[in-house]
Amino acid sequence: MGDYSKEFLAMSEAYEAGGGDPAYLSDGRIAGLMVSHRKILRCNDAPGVHIEGEETPTGVKARITVDPGAHVENPVHLCFGVLPKEGTQEIVSEFLVGEGAKARFLAHCVFPNAVKVRHVMDARIHVGKHAGLEYTETHYHGEEGGVEVLPTARITIDEGGTYRSLFKLVQGAAGELRIDYEADIGKDATCELDARVYGKRNDAIRVKESLFLNGEKSRGLAKSRIVASDHCVSEVVGEAVGNAPGARGHVDCVEIVKGKDARASAVPRLLVIDDRAKLTHEAAIGSVDKKQVETLMARGLTEEESVDVVVRGILR
Amino acid sequence: MIRLLNLVDIGLAAEGKPILHDLNLHVLPGEIHAILGVNGCGKSTLASVIMGLSGFSPTSGKVVFQGEEITDLSISGRAKRGITLAWQEPARFEGLTVREYLTLGRHGSPGGGPSPEECLLTVGLPPERYLQRTVDATLSGGERKRVELASVLSMSPRLSILDEPDSGIDALSLNRILDAVRMLAKNGASVLLITHQNEIAASADRASSLCDGTILRTGDPLAIGRFFENHCRECPHGSTPSGEVLLHG
Repeated sequence: MGDYSKEFLAMSEAYEAGGGDPAYLSDGRIAGLMVSHRKILRCNDAPGVHIEGEETPTGVKARITVDPGAHVENPVHLCFGVLPKEGTQEIVSEFLVGEGAKARFLAHCVFPNAVKVRHVMDARIHVGKHAGLEYTETHYHGEEGGVEVLPTARITIDEGGTYRSLFKLVQGAAGELRIDYEADIGKDATCELDARVYGKRNDAIRVKESLFLNGEKSRGLAKSRIVASDHCVSEVVGEAVGNAPGARGHVDCVEIVKGKDARASAVPRLLVIDDRAKLTHEAAIGSVDKKQVETLMARGLTEEESVDVVVRGILR
Repeated sequence: MIRLLNLVDIGLAAEGKPILHDLNLHVLPGEIHAILGVNGCGKSTLASVIMGLSGFSPTSGKVVFQGEEITDLSISGRAKRGITLAWQEPARFEGLTVREYLTLGRHGSPGGGPSPEECLLTVGLPPERYLQRTVDATLSGGERKRVELASVLSMSPRLSILDEPDSGIDALSLNRILDAVRMLAKNGASVLLITHQNEIAASADRASSLCDGTILRTGDPLAIGRFFENHCRECPHGSTPSGEVLLHG
């Protein structure tokens, strides 16, 4: 790696602006990967966690392994960003969590100056038998809205494993966002996919979360919370397939539409193949609930403040 | 005595059907005033009219608070003047902690109300177990009702409208609810206590019976309670009781 100290500093500042603590990025005890555009600025292992990174013509290829049985004390910090106004970044990643291991990942994606930036995240995630992985991804975008974000994840969870993900894009303009997550959930395994996005201006949001409940007594939750304001268009597809005895899946979607030009839609797709599986869904789309707003107004908040409290709450 | 709240000839119709009519009621400063009435007689509608909720603008009459007519004032405007409401079925909020909810309540209180910890203790919820909880579906109905009451306490309001604070509350917790009502009164607030339980109304200074959208009579809570038991429990509520009942009941 070359001398990227200035770029590291700039990325750290963007990371901090996006809610991250930059101290973690230079703490040698904490595993992490930092990618600025197509350059790896930091790639650090920690006990039980191994990160291999390779620069490619379009971005970075990364393989992150958590040893079987390892209980990783500190969260693994990932930071991906593009600082210039234009550029494409493709991250092809593989996460392998060994049998019985437990780990948390905190990923920050920062595009503070984006006018025409394309960020592609193509992840393969494998959670081993009785292992657990929590993955939180927070985005920090500038206000220009010139970002195209395409996160794709194919997740496999083995027997008794647990995978929880939270995707948050509530700062800055979302731009064009197309999330596509698919989880293959094994016997007694659990998967929770949670996406929270605040769309503004001309943002276009599409969230697709699919649960394939293939193992006996597998559990899955596909949850989404979207706020569409201004001219934003939002579509959520929550899918669950019950393919095994005792499998339980739930699709839970709330979309708040603010303003007369915003649009939101929700498409739940439930397919029961094994008659001993059970799938449910709930969706609420529309303006902010009147009773919630009036309750807060009865505590002295203005209508605008009340709406803001409700919106911030669901995106938290 | 100066009236804190004065409702004058209030009428409210929905889709041509009168819900409230010729309703006159006043609440004195510092008093606990119970409104007794059976289901469907207009109790929650009355609460909504006083709080100014959307869809509950009176079609006739006026609402006066501390000598100022507030019939057309917004909900926030009324809250800033010291009126608040605890809903019979309170709203739930994703992502909002109990501490935040109770702190929002202090927003409307000019002097800052009691602390969230004090408010929770008064309604019998240990702060260490509840302050970080979220005001969402993870709270039981009874817990949510008590949090609602705690948020009213935190405002130090001048007038608290409590819409059936006892519904969905177990018998053991009822005393906590009454403690909270007494604390409000002790702090100088008036309380409009809406209920269909005589036992709750008995804790008031005065009571009024509400029947078919209008106040039938106002007076000593025990006397009103007897009247309610004798004439309202079995009343079909197609019409108000006869003049004879009103005169001698």
